Amino acid sequence: MAKILLEMKNITKTFPGVKALDNVNLKVEEGEIHALVGENGAGKSTLMNVLSGIYPYGSYEGDIIYDGEVCKFNKIKDSEEKGIVIIHQELALIPYMTIGENMFLGNERGPKFALDWNETYGKADELLKTVGLKESSRTLVKDIGVGKQQLVEIAKALAKKVRLLILDEPTSSLNESDSQALLDLLLQFKKEGMTSIIISHKLNEVSYVADKITVIRDGSTIETLDKKTDEITEDRIIKGMVGRDLTDRFPKRESQKLGEVLMEVKNWTVYHPLYTERKVVDNVNLNVRRGEVVGISGLMGAGRTELAMSIFGRSYGSNISGQLLIGGKEVHLHNVREAIKNKLAYVTEDRKGNGLILSNPIKINTTMANLDAVSSHTVIDKDKEYGVAVEYKEKLKTKCPTVEQNVGNLSGGNQQKVLLAKWMFADPDILILDEPTRGIDVGAKYEIYCIINQLVSEGKSVIMISSELPEVLGMCDRIYVMNEGQIVGELDRSEATQEVIMSYILKSSGKGA
Amino acid sequence: MASGKENEKQVTAGSRFVKAAKIYGKENLGIILALLVLCIFLAVNPLTSSSFLTQKNVFNVLRQISTNLYLACGMTMVIILGGIDLSVGSIIALSGCVAAGCVSRYGLPLPVALLCGVLIGLIVGMFNGWVIAKTTIPPFIVTLATMNIAKGLAYVYTGGSPVRVVTKEWQFVGAGYIGPVPTPVCILALVLIITAIIMNKTKLGRHMYAVGGNAQAAEFSGISVARVKFLVHTYSGIMAGLAGIVLASRMYSGQPTAGDGAEMDAIAAVVVGGTSMAGGSGKIGGTIIGGLIIGVLNNGLNLMNVNSFWQYVVKGCVILLAVYLDYIRNKKSKL
Repeated sequence: MAKILLEMKNITKTFPGVKALDNVNLKVEEGEIHALVGENGAGKSTLMNVLSGIYPYGSYEGDIIYDGEVCKFNKIKDSEEKGIVIIHQELALIPYMTIGENMFLGNERGPKFALDWNETYGKADELLKTVGLKESSRTLVKDIGVGKQQLVEIAKALAKKVRLLILDEPTSSLNESDSQALLDLLLQFKKEGMTSIIISHKLNEVSYVADKITVIRDGSTIETLDKKTDEITEDRIIKGMVGRDLTDRFPKRESQKLGEVLMEVKNWTVYHPLYTERKVVDNVNLNVRRGEVVGISGLMGAGRTELAMSIFGRSYGSNISGQLLIGGKEVHLHNVREAIKNKLAYVTEDRKGNGLILSNPIKINTTMANLDAVSSHTVIDKDKEYGVAVEYKEKLKTKCPTVEQNVGNLSGGNQQKVLLAKWMFADPDILILDEPTRGIDVGAKYEIYCIINQLVSEGKSVIMISSELPEVLGMCDRIYVMNEGQIVGELDRSEATQEVIMSYILKSSGKGA
Repeated sequence: MASGKENEKQVTAGSRFVKAAKIYGKENLGIILALLVLCIFLAVNPLTSSSFLTQKNVFNVLRQISTNLYLACGMTMVIILGGIDLSVGSIIALSGCVAAGCVSRYGLPLPVALLCGVLIGLIVGMFNGWVIAKTTIPPFIVTLATMNIAKGLAYVYTGGSPVRVVTKEWQFVGAGYIGPVPTPVCILALVLIITAIIMNKTKLGRHMYAVGGNAQAAEFSGISVARVKFLVHTYSGIMAGLAGIVLASRMYSGQPTAGDGAEMDAIAAVVVGGTSMAGGSGKIGGTIIGGLIIGVLNNGLNLMNVNSFWQYVVKGCVILLAVYLDYIRNKKSKL
């Protein structure tokens, strides 16, 4: 057996009122890739924050034994000196600095008070080569894509002489090919003897890359699966995460009768808001019936979000042309207010950016899009508001102590539920859900699917934009395939498979370019 | 289960008041304590104990802080939006001069003159709001510009010398009494109530917090961000206009130098009161305490005959201390 590099023993961490970690144990061998999986709010990130010293020694119970000695980290710097580097889910790069400057931030090259730019950039270029990034280290970070930024983060970690690399959801914002490249890079580092811990929701990635998988549920370690001895399948991991067999990942929908066409979009064309000659959405026609879930599938950048937002009160794009019919009548929606008035709702993919106000409590976020319903003559009835928030909290099974809690303190899945509650309370007939399950765990996903089923059984229409093909196939009655701003295919549930959808995308890509 | 308890929530007017008071006390614990310590110190200090707690002095303090708190009411809203309003000090000068001029130069009746003063504030505020809502120029820059414009106009209008008004009625607004209570304090009570209602009870108030917390999310929820910005800056302008006429009335004249630096005192009251400069959070209740701390401090230093130059130093230190205490408390509650 290889040497144990890190052992976390009986870690217990309590926040006021909540036990976030309860006697968690984690053993990581030198030179392995160890995956940490669990539902949102299970305590993965908290555990890593304990390890990296964000929660200083003394604020938790238990021991961290690293490289044979008990460590008492008081700040991140302490753990970094030992070679433990954590890369957080939200990238921490400064956009208006160059790649090189970012990499050596807080770790600057040169004599005491000066900076040696030659060394900085020389070293940076070397490290960029190691991670396989073909960019000059003098490029500004804002000018490179997210995938490349993730690589810069890793190069930055390497610059710190890392022995134990911790990646928190490294691929959550990456597309398929960038994710693959990143995972292969990790495997290569492993060959060179580096140890890493990866936190991820994407179980296919975990089973691809990890040697061992530790499952955490409700703040406790449930089990550690070893690739050598256990048979690791996605279903096996899910079972550990949710504590039960999830035989069906998608809830059954009562076979419902589809109603009349509720919304129809005809010849919809949208140009980019800044580069006004660039077509983002190109002559799109689509419709959705009462009680129907319609999926829009496609790669990132296919124009799906732009399509949805331009429909939703022209909140994106310029020079929008085409017809929008709701309930058979043509409507012109000039802003979000008119869209809401016409019973349209758009549940954004960017819940932190333009969905929720993180610094405000759940109840305020819940009523934000429909304050009229809880106020009379412009005065808000706070009891009514509270009641509404509690009602939706229970309806959607949002996990929170009270609705007075700030949304920023909730896990991703629960934030998503609050966002859904906000739009359900606005009482729309047509809901456009943009990546409704992005970055949330299997259990919460299942619950959100149930909510979608509930909505359509009430006779509402749902348009679901999703990059996850299994989800689109599992949930939708009808699927539009979108690529490069155009609808390149329309499939019925019965004829749709992952292969068919991908082939539509691939075939059309040649034409457009 | 927690939810069961939430459903049974029984509300009577009395228990609701107690609950609100408790929350208020808890939220502002740090600064309330600071204010109490300050008051107790002044009450027992031999230099000030004879004068501090007299009715005359208490009303005196309240009268002095009232103009600052008018400004702070508007400023709290503006800062919650994530902005700032630097123009309020200059509006005081301009509105005071115009109101005084209306009486002494054009012989207009007093109510009309006062209304004109407030109207000046309204117009400058609307202009601020309009530019800030329609463009992406930062509020700091916009109001810095209008600060200079308003100040300049006040000098142009007066030629640099005070516009005197020496009628008895003129003094009523700033130096008069309603019953035993000074008029500015009565106006202050009214202003505070209106502000508290707008901020806590109305949709506009809610929209304010939403815009400050996450403007994009607010826009996507169907809130007109531009409208909220416009209205809030207009309100701030009105408050400044009001402060202008009250001050001009108290000084028997409209003075182009009046209100110099008043915006900073207002910002200090707001910040000491716990409103975040980053926007999205803050309460008028905190601002009141913040204004009181600064007012009592000024008064105490005067009673103790502290050199006015040193008063600035002390005031600065107290502001820093108050905000620091609040910072520590917030940090603790987060862990």
